[in-house]
Amino acid sequence: MTAVSHRAGRKKRSAAQVAIPIFMWGYAAIVLAPLLLVVLNSFRTTREIFAEPLGLPTSISFDSYTTAWNEASFSQYFVNSLTITVASVVLATGTAVFAAYALGRYKFRGSTFLSIFFLSGLLLPFRLAIMPLFLLLESLGLIDSRIGLVLVYAATGVPFSVFILSSYFRQLPVELTEAARIDGAGEFKIFGRVMLPLVRPALATVAVFQFVPLWNDFFFPLVLLRSTSKWTLPVGMTRFFGEFQSDWSTLFAGILITLLPLVILFLIATKQIIAGLTAGIGKM
Amino acid sequence: MSVKAPPTERRLRSAPSKGVGRSAPPWGTLALFLAPAFLLYAIFMVIPLVQALFFSLFEWTGTARGGFVGFRNFGELFGRFPLNEQLPRDLWHNVIFFIGTMAIQVSLGLLFAVLLQGKRYGKSFLRTTYVLPFMISPLVVGYVWSLILNPTFGPVNSTLRSIGLDSLARPWLGDPTTAFPVVILVNVWYWLGFPMLLFAAGLAAIPEDYSEAASIDGAGAWQTFRHVTLPLLTPVFGTVAILTFIRSFNVFGLVWSLAGVDGNPAGATDVLGLLFYRTAFRGGVDAFGVASALAVVMFAIIFGVSMLARWWFNRLEEGLT
Repeated sequence: MTAVSHRAGRKKRSAAQVAIPIFMWGYAAIVLAPLLLVVLNSFRTTREIFAEPLGLPTSISFDSYTTAWNEASFSQYFVNSLTITVASVVLATGTAVFAAYALGRYKFRGSTFLSIFFLSGLLLPFRLAIMPLFLLLESLGLIDSRIGLVLVYAATGVPFSVFILSSYFRQLPVELTEAARIDGAGEFKIFGRVMLPLVRPALATVAVFQFVPLWNDFFFPLVLLRSTSKWTLPVGMTRFFGEFQSDWSTLFAGILITLLPLVILFLIATKQIIAGLTAGIGKM
Repeated sequence: MSVKAPPTERRLRSAPSKGVGRSAPPWGTLALFLAPAFLLYAIFMVIPLVQALFFSLFEWTGTARGGFVGFRNFGELFGRFPLNEQLPRDLWHNVIFFIGTMAIQVSLGLLFAVLLQGKRYGKSFLRTTYVLPFMISPLVVGYVWSLILNPTFGPVNSTLRSIGLDSLARPWLGDPTTAFPVVILVNVWYWLGFPMLLFAAGLAAIPEDYSEAASIDGAGAWQTFRHVTLPLLTPVFGTVAILTFIRSFNVFGLVWSLAGVDGNPAGATDVLGLLFYRTAFRGGVDAFGVASALAVVMFAIIFGVSMLARWWFNRLEEGLT
């Protein structure tokens, strides 16, 4: 009897050995198929796509890309997205790293309160503040301004950056700065010469991690930017899908232009991004 | 300082020395370090958030603030047609969206995390693939799927027709019965990699002795999983549930691109995020007041429920140890 159950168990296990990989690669196919479809169809003409939605390109044509890039203003949206995102990330990280140093290295009156103050920003549904924010930017003359959007984005990046960077600073041993201090170096010199180079990996993580949600954001540019010449890719996408409704080839090319920077970033920095996501901060 | 105060230095040396706790530099220096981030964050994030709560208590004409009106904006929000019908409907949709996403995502995410645990051919490729959609803009995800599900030229319907299943081909996003389930499934496609990563991290943190001890006691693989692994994953379930909840109530771009700003067909996919946008920026002359009231309601739901859930999961964890 034991022999029978043993054999049944082995049979079951080998069935599982076949079924599990099929299941896992099958799901991977479900994930990749839409993305593959975007790539393939962007090289086909709309006529081909409509005749046969699934199919390989017969010849490689970049016409759809030229149309999307020039006629559908993707060149403009792309430059706007890139400058706004990079400027926001630099501003948020650049200000947060100083605050994180002070909070991570020193205890002073109010330091605990300040840490909590910065941390609380991670938990709040910030979009609901859009109306006061709108009026604030209007009073500053920063509605329909890329600078206004950068300031808002940078502010949303501060809590996360301070949180990650201050915990990094906290872990660095005190001896590192003692030598410099004995040599008479001031606080800013110690920060710049000794500490900053040591937190460079954390700076990279923080920057990559802010880049993704800002590049993808749709809500704030939708409300805060009016002229199409200032639009970012996600907002431009809404207009594009209206205007090029029947030109699927161009639609797929536009989608790919929007996707590509993130896919590349993800493949370059898979390790950092997965480590960051695993830390449990679902910012994206 | 280290020369003048040797005891302190000795204490720092003997304990694993961390930078915290040493005497702080003068206030002026500290302020210079803290001020830029503080001001940026306070002016453009904290103050608007606090103001948002007060806005609901005033009368608004366009963007001009009038006098204090108490809870009148809330009265409008709950009483005025069509808001009085859309608000409960959309709240219900958000709840369904959360439950649907959560159910599929917890089971599949946990399953994938378990299956990716050991050595497996193509492990890192599979993991990267599962997480990949999470990098894409919700708006792009929605547009890609709206093309795939297009009733006439979409590959889903064309495939169904070509294999003789014409009766199954339908306007997936145009049919009120299928539209919202499809939105939820697209969201699962988009977001699944994230809970999977959290579960994988949770599993990796469980010491191997635990399951070894269980198997020595004669527990089978399923029993070990059910009675040892699962309870130890309670904190991860908590995190996944809370983050999914927050995200489900913030959903906006995905539904916009799949179903338009009105949550078509006929509001079958409408959610609070879209309602808030429409009320604030496409509403009447008192839009700011009513939308602020809606913001307060949404804030109370999102913040209140996630705090309650945090508290409940903490108690659950304490009960386990």
